[in-house]
Amino acid sequence: MARQRLSKEQKKEEIIKVACKLFASQGYYNTTIPDIADAIGMSVGNFYNYFESKEELAKYIIQYSSKLLAQEIKKINETQLSVREKIFNIVRKFFEIAQQQPELIEYFLRVFLSNREVFDEGCEGFLCVSDVVTELMIFLEEGAKKGELRQQDFFPAFVTLMGPLGGLVFLYGEQVLPKEPYEYADEIAENIWRALKA
Amino acid sequence: MYTLLWLQGLTCNGNTQSLLNAENPSFYTLFDKINLLYHPSISYDVDLFEIINQIKNDKLPLTFLVVEGSITSDKRFFSIGDYSIAEIIDALKEKADYIIAVGNCACFGNIPANFDKNSDVKGLQFRFKEKKGFLPSNFKSKKGYPVINISGCPIHPQWFVSTILNLLYKKPVYLDGFNRPKELYMYLTHDGCTRNEYFEWKVELEEFGHKEGCLFYNQGCRGPLTHSPCNKILWNNTSSKTRAGMPCIGCTEFDFPLREDFFETKKNMGIPEEVPIGVSKRVYITITGVAKTLKNERVNKRLEETE
Repeated sequence: MARQRLSKEQKKEEIIKVACKLFASQGYYNTTIPDIADAIGMSVGNFYNYFESKEELAKYIIQYSSKLLAQEIKKINETQLSVREKIFNIVRKFFEIAQQQPELIEYFLRVFLSNREVFDEGCEGFLCVSDVVTELMIFLEEGAKKGELRQQDFFPAFVTLMGPLGGLVFLYGEQVLPKEPYEYADEIAENIWRALKA
Repeated sequence: MYTLLWLQGLTCNGNTQSLLNAENPSFYTLFDKINLLYHPSISYDVDLFEIINQIKNDKLPLTFLVVEGSITSDKRFFSIGDYSIAEIIDALKEKADYIIAVGNCACFGNIPANFDKNSDVKGLQFRFKEKKGFLPSNFKSKKGYPVINISGCPIHPQWFVSTILNLLYKKPVYLDGFNRPKELYMYLTHDGCTRNEYFEWKVELEEFGHKEGCLFYNQGCRGPLTHSPCNKILWNNTSSKTRAGMPCIGCTEFDFPLREDFFETKKNMGIPEEVPIGVSKRVYITITGVAKTLKNERVNKRLEETE
């Protein structure tokens, strides 16, 4: 039976999945394009049809992850739920993604945050994660405007929201958590809510 | 013969003061072409009620009825002789070719309409953003225009003069949703501001008194949210508020006196509550983040220190 041809985007997603795992387990510098091509079962020449370089792939992965999470937060932002319920939904969704696609979170923690020099040009600051930061800004701004969240500067609120999520998935990656991340979602969401509420 | 009758309701006289500074043409040149029947600050030897009677009885044509100030029918607060300003306008409204509201009070009611001891204070055809002014929402003067609103607190003299001349020379005057001439109010105060480079790169002004920095982020500037040609038609042919380092206070918009702090940008979690006209908050936040990350060295220096 003829194998259904994957679209270029679908193929890119497949490359991301494999590359993320390799980057996270072997380290960014120890992983070569032949390693990635080999793990997918494609030729090195064909790999270059999708990405011009390892750096371009590295940046694409972080933008892809940011868009994925941003789309989910945007859906939550557009609901009429209370701010507290929205926090619970954001936290649950984050851990859901962390469990379903742990390679993305691993990549974020072990490559994006650890090898900043790779992302110096074109990915500095929030440039490659602007989708998710924008959605969180909208979430926090609307929450404060409605009077449900306490007014403060953006950054303290931002790290209060995202810090526990990153911390927990890091512990998950270190295999020290007795339970799955998702099982901690509601407790962490309650903590974030109590920290940020008006 | 073209004629103009200037009446005042509840007003500080600011638009008249402004008009006396008109240049090219000046106030006097303008009234070489137009017979100024009466102006409360200038006419001293004419009887206003005689003029009103002649107009009412079709003995005197009225090309322009110009009103400065808000309208009230309550004579305890304002009257001209034995009449309220409302009664006088009512008597003349069918006689004028054009009715022009000058200044935010005549347009929208403005500051006097906020007075809590008199609920009967309105603009000519609007009360703030609603078409619930003194004249009905469907009112049109003899030449088919609604009340033409020249908003501002005060107006720039050129806005008035150019509108009058356009009408005088039979040029069409297109109006926006608040019945203001589009030629003037299709621009934002932001357009032409000398601080635009700082707006583009999101460089904030931290304190007053500097030529560098944009006033939108902290100082409450309404430039990107306000319709006016203040940075196109300069004040006294010289400058504008924002060029001089004073935030735009949005005085051409209906909500000018409804806002509270003119020198502070309302923010939630450090993010502006209102964003420039034409973009969604999502788009604005994204572009702001990009601009802040990609630094422009020029805008981070004092102007004198730039190459």
